[in-house]
Amino acid sequence: MAMNFGFKLCPSSALNLDKIDTSLYDKLVEMEPDARICMACGSCSATCTASQFSGMSVRKVLLDIQRGKEKEAAAMLRNCMLCGKCTMVCPRGINTRHLILSLCRIYDNKEEQK
Amino acid sequence: MTDRIPAGFHPFVIPFLVGMGFVLLYCLYGFIRIMCQLSHKDRRKFFLSFLNPKILWKDIKDIFLNCLIHVKLWKRNKLLGFMHSSIAFGWFMLIVLGHLEVICFLPGRLRTFYYPIFFNFFVAEDNATIGGQVFFFLMDFFLALVLCGIILAIIKRVHSLIFGMRRTTRLSLLDRVGLYSLWAIFPLRLLAEGFTAHISGGSFLTIPLNWIARAFLGNELNMVPTWWAYSIALCVFMCVLPFTRYMHIPAEMLLIPMRNAGLKIKHARKGYAKVMVYSCPSCGVCIDACPMSVKKANTRDTTVYLNRQIRRGNEKRIEEISDKCLLCGKCSELCQIGIEAPKIRIAQRARRKYGLNQNYSNISVGPLAEKAFGHNVEAKPGKVLYFAGCMTQLTPRISQAMESVLQKAGVEYSYMDKDGGLCCGRPMLMAGRPDQARQIIDKNTGIIRSSGCDTLLLSCPICYKIFKEKYHLEGIRVVHHSEFIKELVDQRRLSVRFGKDVIVYHDPCELGRGSGIYEQPRELLAALGTLVEAEKTGKESICCGGSLGSLTLGFAQREDLTKNALRNLTVNLPSKIATACPLCLASFSRYSDRPVEDIAEIVDQRSTKVD
Ligand code: SF4
Ligand code: SF4
Ligand code: SF4
Ligand code: SF4
Repeated sequence: MAMNFGFKLCPSSALNLDKIDTSLYDKLVEMEPDARICMACGSCSATCTASQFSGMSVRKVLLDIQRGKEKEAAAMLRNCMLCGKCTMVCPRGINTRHLILSLCRIYDNKEEQK
Repeated sequence: MTDRIPAGFHPFVIPFLVGMGFVLLYCLYGFIRIMCQLSHKDRRKFFLSFLNPKILWKDIKDIFLNCLIHVKLWKRNKLLGFMHSSIAFGWFMLIVLGHLEVICFLPGRLRTFYYPIFFNFFVAEDNATIGGQVFFFLMDFFLALVLCGIILAIIKRVHSLIFGMRRTTRLSLLDRVGLYSLWAIFPLRLLAEGFTAHISGGSFLTIPLNWIARAFLGNELNMVPTWWAYSIALCVFMCVLPFTRYMHIPAEMLLIPMRNAGLKIKHARKGYAKVMVYSCPSCGVCIDACPMSVKKANTRDTTVYLNRQIRRGNEKRIEEISDKCLLCGKCSELCQIGIEAPKIRIAQRARRKYGLNQNYSNISVGPLAEKAFGHNVEAKPGKVLYFAGCMTQLTPRISQAMESVLQKAGVEYSYMDKDGGLCCGRPMLMAGRPDQARQIIDKNTGIIRSSGCDTLLLSCPICYKIFKEKYHLEGIRVVHHSEFIKELVDQRRLSVRFGKDVIVYHDPCELGRGSGIYEQPRELLAALGTLVEAEKTGKESICCGGSLGSLTLGFAQREDLTKNALRNLTVNLPSKIATACPLCLASFSRYSDRPVEDIAEIVDQRSTKVD
């Protein structure tokens, strides 16, 4: 029984999240459960040493891999210097530095070997 | 002295021979394996070092002082030193004297291998051995010395605190077998020699024992079984030796010449590092030393257990232990063997493979240098380049104070990373990624070279250590701000006033243990206020808990570490805590009940321009 709300969804402009490959994010969450508690406050972005070079930001990296945008995240990650400032400022106490290392470990290295 | 048993053999020596043969073969095998694991260059270096009389002499001296006399333990705790050296040196002398006896009295029996050990069983005293009395006395004397050591060792198992140790190592099963057989060897030897003393001769220990034994037992039936027992105890000890902490005895004798030859750790599990790990006698000094061990759960992550797990090849635990460590360096500073645990851990981290490797080829040096220094930089002697570093950017109070001090003293300087720069590379290195760190180092070197300065001034000890050790900055002086400000004051370019503060100085790991700077900050602070010391200070100072060395310790787990370090700092009731590291400042400020300030800030408050 279809309910009438007085409006209809327009299918052509809906974002289809089902088509996204989130396997990298799922794997990361398995290794670093804390990835889920990020509240996207952006403190890490504001302090990041690498942000002026590759736009690096842990917040954006997490967001990107949740959306399956692995390439974009990789480009940012590549300039991280593991300086640890993001860990020091994270209000959620996420060990972002270890998170970055774990993420770099599980990245598919096909691209690297080329 | 004559042969009592014409054949010169008795079956009870067989267990000893089996044990001895096993140990020797095992050590030979181990030695060959280690040599194969060394790189060609290192192997050459190692063997050539024996041709250099200076190094050879150092080898002999070090082996004598460290393996036998345990000088470093004496310095730490007299009783602990006495315990170890009485066992090691006493036993060594028993073996040497045993050989001398054979050489003097029955040189033909030297080939038998077991004669020096069981000499008293095989000989009978005759009238012509007055000289033997000296030997008998010495043998009894050293046996008594070893027995004293054994008694102390037994007491230490129960009351470790008298030996200056709060916690001792938890022994593994085989370690226990080794320990108990070691404890058994010497009383059994005493008994065995006591039972034969009326035939072979003896001295102040063995002769009275012989009287008592014969008065009560009245026969000689227990003589042979006791010699059997002595031989079996030796056999058990030597058969388990390769699988216990006692492997440190042969391993350290290899470690010392390797170290003196100038070898470095290249692989966490092979060659030099492997010998190092086997040289650990599990003394447990590093347990109390480790700042992580304030939490009982972390005790198992201290260096003694790293060594054990590496020996066992337990990969999961090795990774965990390697990643957790703060790399504060205290364990290696206090270790009597000189086990470079932080380096082993970094080498272990370096074995990891990553799917995504950092790469900085997109960052070009030119624009960065231009942004910092503008066009047409002129090289000028005496010009200073200030590099605040990432951590100082999180604690801008330090860089502001530094700039103010520099201006007051009229120092001409450029600021390298005012608008952000690269990291120094040390955090990357500590994470076990030397290739990536090298790239960062090269970029920074380029920027520094184009600044035209001849002094590089740093506020962060983490930066300081890597700039000193890994950068090639010939012609440029690398200096930490605590040294630099001290010089400004000494040269009267800055005048400081004494104040009413009672200040305690915290030695940052990377500045103190890491770079050997202990005095300059203290001398500087002494001119600014009353200086008091912490409970553990200098080489034994306790890491603030914030170290970037640890990869896995989370925010919450560091809290207890920081609080413990603060408790240690405040025993003498200072009104202010001074440090010289932005990371220490940030960690301490979080939990401290009194102000924590960088040395540069305190100077800034109490200094004026010299007119
Ligand atoms: S560790 Fe990496 S992501 Fe975090 S602040 Fe430093 S450069 Fe940025
Ligand atoms: S600082 Fe922490 S909580 Fe905030 S966005 Fe970064 S990771 Fe997420
Ligand atoms: S690492 Fe050093 S301090 Fe620790 S148990 Fe071994 S020998 Fe002792
Ligand atoms: S380096 Fe420091 S934190 Fe690491 S094991 Fe040694 S004492 Fe503990």
